[in-house]
Amino acid sequence: MGTTASQLGKDLLSEYQELTFLTKQEILLAHKRFTELLNKDEKDHTARVSMNTILTLPELKSNPFKERICHVFSTSENKDGGLTFEDFLDLLSAFSDSATLEIKSHYAFRIFDFDDDGTLDYGDLEKLVNCLTGETQDTRLTSEEMRQLISNILEESDIDKDGTVNLSEFQHVISRSPDFVSSFKIVL
Amino acid sequence: MEVDTVFFTDHSGRVNSNPLLDQLPSYQSLLYRRKSSTAGPKRKGSSKARRSSSGSGKWAVNTVNRNEEKQKTLTLQRPIRELAKSMAEKRRNKTQCLENDQGLSSWRQWKQNTGRHLRRLRDDAQEWLSYLQLWRGDIHLIEGMFGTGILSYFSFLRFLVMLNLIIFVLVFSFVMLPIIIAPHAGGNITYNQNDGSNCSVYPSSARRGLVNFHEHITDLLSGGGFLEQTYLFYGYYKADKIHFPWTTYNLPLAYLLATVAYLFLSLVWIVKRSATGFKRNLIQDEDRFQSFCNKIFAGWDFCITNENAARLKRSSLLYELKTDLEEERIKQKIADRTRKQKCRIYLIRFILNLFVIGVLAACFYSIYIATIFSQEAQMSTVKVNFIVDLIFEYLPSIVITMANFITPLLFSFIINFEDYSPAFEIRFTLMRCVFMRLTSIGVLLFSLWSQITNCEKGSCVCGYNDKLYSCWETRVGQEMYKLTIFDFIIIIAVTIFVEFPRKLIVNYCDCGLAKWWGQQEFSIPQNVLEIVYGQTICWIGTFYCPVLPAICTIKYFFIFYVKKVSLIKNCRPSTRPFRASSSNFFFLGVLLIGLLLACVPVTVSVAQINSSRACGPFVNYTTSWEVLPSTVSKLPQGIKGLLFALASEAFAVSFFVITCLAMFYVIALAGAHKRVINQLREQLVMEGRDKRFLIQKLCQAQKISAIRSPVSKSQPRTSRSSPSYHTSFSNNFDEAVFLAHSPPDSSTHV
Repeated sequence: MGTTASQLGKDLLSEYQELTFLTKQEILLAHKRFTELLNKDEKDHTARVSMNTILTLPELKSNPFKERICHVFSTSENKDGGLTFEDFLDLLSAFSDSATLEIKSHYAFRIFDFDDDGTLDYGDLEKLVNCLTGETQDTRLTSEEMRQLISNILEESDIDKDGTVNLSEFQHVISRSPDFVSSFKIVL
Repeated sequence: MEVDTVFFTDHSGRVNSNPLLDQLPSYQSLLYRRKSSTAGPKRKGSSKARRSSSGSGKWAVNTVNRNEEKQKTLTLQRPIRELAKSMAEKRRNKTQCLENDQGLSSWRQWKQNTGRHLRRLRDDAQEWLSYLQLWRGDIHLIEGMFGTGILSYFSFLRFLVMLNLIIFVLVFSFVMLPIIIAPHAGGNITYNQNDGSNCSVYPSSARRGLVNFHEHITDLLSGGGFLEQTYLFYGYYKADKIHFPWTTYNLPLAYLLATVAYLFLSLVWIVKRSATGFKRNLIQDEDRFQSFCNKIFAGWDFCITNENAARLKRSSLLYELKTDLEEERIKQKIADRTRKQKCRIYLIRFILNLFVIGVLAACFYSIYIATIFSQEAQMSTVKVNFIVDLIFEYLPSIVITMANFITPLLFSFIINFEDYSPAFEIRFTLMRCVFMRLTSIGVLLFSLWSQITNCEKGSCVCGYNDKLYSCWETRVGQEMYKLTIFDFIIIIAVTIFVEFPRKLIVNYCDCGLAKWWGQQEFSIPQNVLEIVYGQTICWIGTFYCPVLPAICTIKYFFIFYVKKVSLIKNCRPSTRPFRASSSNFFFLGVLLIGLLLACVPVTVSVAQINSSRACGPFVNYTTSWEVLPSTVSKLPQGIKGLLFALASEAFAVSFFVITCLAMFYVIALAGAHKRVINQLREQLVMEGRDKRFLIQKLCQAQKISAIRSPVSKSQPRTSRSSPSYHTSFSNNFDEAVFLAHSPPDSSTHV
């Protein structure tokens, strides 16, 4: 990989520092890890890495929301979840230690919003719970338990009682959930 | 001109795609945020298409402009990196900002530039500082492998290392340093005079003649022999005053104040650390009914990189959810209990609690017996042999450790019959264990105290048993030293001789028993109790053994590595998860209880028990506390008057009244806040109801308009995913556009 610092350039580096929550070291490390994923011939910073390659990173490998994370942060035109280096930095920035609660909860909402319709409805919540507990038959909740669980969740979080959780309701819930900031974190 | 005609119906009957709904304020905010999900160029394209399709370019441009204006003000208000947008958009924002800056005066520009540079400098400095933090890498690694619950245990350990280090620095600089530097700085030390009475005889315990090697080890482990007359123990600090050329140092006063200072410092530090956790706990407690949301929305630990840990996390989440749902059902069951069942359960609980009390009493009694036996064995001059002596020396520690090992097992077995809810079961067992752990130290001290003040034949001339305990403070210090060392040895021994073989057996033996036994669980509460126990001993012991904080620092330093290796190699994380938020508060809460418990014996011995006449800094005073009044009486009149005024009843009463008033104010404030919150909540529910009502109305209106104006059916349908903004069939053109024109990028909204 050679000297990563020279590849990135000082101006670009300081710009990234300004636009993300990452420190210089973290950006350089991210660049190193990202270029390892790229093919030999494409080295410019607009090159896109496909989702499957990104998901080989150990930091994302065991994450049940890995596909969703890629889709949310991808700026790809054809919605294949591929990431450029800048998308990758965006991802790390949102998951970094110093990102604000608002940023984190915003991205968390979009990750959990499986059908991209702007609200968490019954289907989204069901998928979310299944992701958390695992998809196999013996780890799933029974449909009766699922129904009970989701009605509990909605009862707790759906303030305006419209049957779905929207972003502001979600952020309200998250702001009262002390574990969120410490657990919504990915460190390279 | 009917309002109905404004609305356009979607033939699928879905309300969601109604353009008017997109204009609701709540939805607008959502869309604004969601804009970042689509790439820049595409967005432009879609908005262009919309302009042509809407046929009212002016309006569209206006709204778009207005939106951009809004964004601009937003971006100006806060750092760009706090916007939830993709990098390209952030960059565009930044250049926009810079362009705006061009128009500013050079002074403003300069100010902004320096601000930016300063911020970057600060960030770099913080980055460098974080490198200095102890165990940064290790803690990262643990966090990555096991998540935040276990991480909190290790950061707690780090906190204790720091605390002990600071305490040691405090004690060292005010008590030891003056004595050490006195000969070099031209000072001379006046020692306390022996007045020749019975009380001041202090027989030396140093071994004479040929000393065997194993005796050195005994001394090292028990703090006796050659270690007794060193900086390690209270008895060594005989200096009364240290005369430096420029000043006179009052060592007894410094000793006492250092003791008060370290206890106070620990209190302040713990309270400060737990304040945030306490606040969170308050919020959570108030809001019990949010537990499911916390588990679902904040349940996954994104830090986890280990496949195994991820699987564990999944199963623990599943377990947690199931038990929570179960708990709801159990609550239902409890509510449905008949009177007869209730009576039975209360009877069982009563009997089991009696049993628990009996077990505790038995443990405490055996600690008491062991302490007295051990003290008498140490006093007797007959030495049996090396090993037996050592066992006698360590008998109290051994009994305490045994009791602490057996009782938790017993308690967790008993709790099954008491039929509490699962969450309460865990908390209750834990409470019993905390009580057991910390009270056992109390019992040990109590038995020591009864030995020390127990004078046979009424020969208590000195206020304590001067025949056996010529320097009782050193003796207590030795006990604390032994407890600390033994605790350390046990922790290491358990890791090496129990957990490691267990892991080997489980891994390489296929028989059913081993499988059933399973790998050691890393249970956080038990581990925390272990180190809090050590810390309590350290707090108690520091008065009698000033080097103890340094020993504890080293001890915790090594325990960190031992626990880390044990966690990674030997253990599996507990299936019962431990939340980082609640745990931080729990750790500090238990630590606080330990501190309060440590304060009691130290206070009693400082203020009540006569200090030894044969050793230590307080020879000239009846009790250690007396040094303070006698120093105050030597102060100039003004300061003395002030101090007396501060200690007077008048001041105490007025201070109490003011505190009460402040408290009432805070209570009233809290009540008012609570009421406001309730009102706001009600208001929100009302708003929600309004919204639903309006939506219903809208649907009705749409249906009617669909029947009335068949024209709309002939309109070419656009695909579902692309935006459809139909405004053509309306008489008041402008209004229609305004209503039906949704903000950009509603296209993502299917």
